Amino acid sequence: MLVQHLPVLQVIVPLMAAPACLMLRRSSLAWLFSLIVSGTTFLISAVLLQQVMTSGTIIYELGGWSAPWGIEYRIDELNSYLLLIISAISTVILLAAHTSIEKEIPKDRHTFFYVLYLLSLAGMLGIVATGDAFNVFVFLEISSLSAYSLISLGKDRRSLWASYQYLIMGTIGATFILIGIGLMYQMTGTLNMEDLAKRLPEVAHTRTVFAAFAFFIVGVCLKLALFPLHLWMPNAYAYAPSIVTAFFAATSTKVAIYLLIRFTFSIFGLSFSFTTLPLQTIFLTLGLLGIFSASIAAIYQKNVKHLLAYSSVAQIGYMIVGYSISTTAGLMATLLHLFNHALMKGALFLALGAVMFRIGSTQLRDFQGLGRQMPITMAAIVVGGLSLIGVPLTVGFISKWYLVLAAIENGWWPIAALILLGSLLAIVYVWRIVEAAYFKEPSIDREPIKEAPLTFLVPVWILVTANIYFGVDTRLSVQVAQAASQSLFGVSP
Amino acid sequence: MILGLYNYWVVVVLMMTGFYIVIAQGNLIKKIVGLNIFQTSVFILYISMAKVEGGSAPILTDGISQYSNPLPHVLILTAIVVGIATTSLGLALAVRIKEAYGSIEEDEIQDRDNKEC
Repeated sequence: MLVQHLPVLQVIVPLMAAPACLMLRRSSLAWLFSLIVSGTTFLISAVLLQQVMTSGTIIYELGGWSAPWGIEYRIDELNSYLLLIISAISTVILLAAHTSIEKEIPKDRHTFFYVLYLLSLAGMLGIVATGDAFNVFVFLEISSLSAYSLISLGKDRRSLWASYQYLIMGTIGATFILIGIGLMYQMTGTLNMEDLAKRLPEVAHTRTVFAAFAFFIVGVCLKLALFPLHLWMPNAYAYAPSIVTAFFAATSTKVAIYLLIRFTFSIFGLSFSFTTLPLQTIFLTLGLLGIFSASIAAIYQKNVKHLLAYSSVAQIGYMIVGYSISTTAGLMATLLHLFNHALMKGALFLALGAVMFRIGSTQLRDFQGLGRQMPITMAAIVVGGLSLIGVPLTVGFISKWYLVLAAIENGWWPIAALILLGSLLAIVYVWRIVEAAYFKEPSIDREPIKEAPLTFLVPVWILVTANIYFGVDTRLSVQVAQAASQSLFGVSP
Repeated sequence: MILGLYNYWVVVVLMMTGFYIVIAQGNLIKKIVGLNIFQTSVFILYISMAKVEGGSAPILTDGISQYSNPLPHVLILTAIVVGIATTSLGLALAVRIKEAYGSIEEDEIQDRDNKEC
């Protein structure tokens, strides 16, 4: 039966589709093909989520070899939730890809763009689906290597430099992860995550395990752009083609946060990660520093893409703060924010793509007067911005609400206050965009601008509507996030 | 004690040398060389941990009952392939940067970008 094989099909379909896509010479064919593939992964992940929520964790043994000898794919609430986020965002963003890359990427590279996009998607889905620690590294490199190439496709020559810097930082991060996994294997003789979780407590007091943990965590933090390891991120996001930025901003850091949660909660266990080591204090401090320094940096940016990239660093700070509370409620807030942040950044960066398509720039000064010239696109940016601030009736409010609640529940009043203060900074940087677009006259020497084409408006507004819908009807996101965080606390030894 | 951990000392020395080159060097090619040394140290780490005292190469033959662990060897083959891909991508980017900026020195590239802004 095909249904049995869904966990592996989720990864295999885009992985096989990538080389197949290379055969398609015509740009529009390649686009249609990628869209179908991405849509398929979305359907699969929806079915998987539904199955997991009704009948519990799905275990798939690759090639029929049972774990711990074979590689197993394990889909529980957390995995299926992330699979859904990644595949859904990827599909919606691909809708706009054909129009967007027409102006940003030379014609002869269009096919390569889709090949790399699919590879990157396969890598991210693979990281989330697999239950094998070494598999994580392999998929991580598949997605990262294609990410470096995708970023270097940008029109500006600075995209090359940004891509190179990302390559150096990303490879150091991945190698750290590799060292961590190697040391874990050395102490336990297993790479299966479930098995690692059983065997690590026996050797948890050894220095090798501490070293493994440290290497792994630092590597993952490089990948998720946790302050102060975020330096590669603003430039990589700012100079990459708009579609690439929208895709990565909405998904890739989420995958790294997934890894962090999976390894600290399910594998090393709560008592080791948070009691033996001062992880809580470290992450809380870095998270808060990230929120403030990145938000302040965002306020002073001249390029809107830079501005939103810094805001992403700040939003990761919120996720890390929720994570460091390390209660069911805190983790749930983090997971909710994963979902919600993907929706808002996806919408915002895609709308920026539409602006880029029409005026060929995302400098703040070029936004002057856009409120009247591109009303529908700018309205989307405003709603996305409100969501970023956390205004009620948007998803941003839901995640901030649960985050503040979790902090208060834990008795951390000052933290709750700081979180709200961080939102005030978001108001400032979102206001700068609004001010330029609505309250300033357009520069005189500019040609009249039309509204963005429908191929942009439809996906942008799908995401914006999702921003509002999940801000009002939170059943799906809250229910799954709650189930995921409860199961993480349930299984942790 | 010190001699017994000879392999691991080599790993640490190579790791730190590579890491230092990546951070300290301004030349893009040298950075990639440093990255390679850094990755190589990890390969040696994996291979060293696979060695079983008195074990022979993991090939099935008569008269031998103890073998070294072949799994890390296989893992590191994958990691070597990944390393090659990273190196070639890094070098390709360096070529493109040279074409676009006319330099592969970090500070000169930064200078040219700053002037543009």
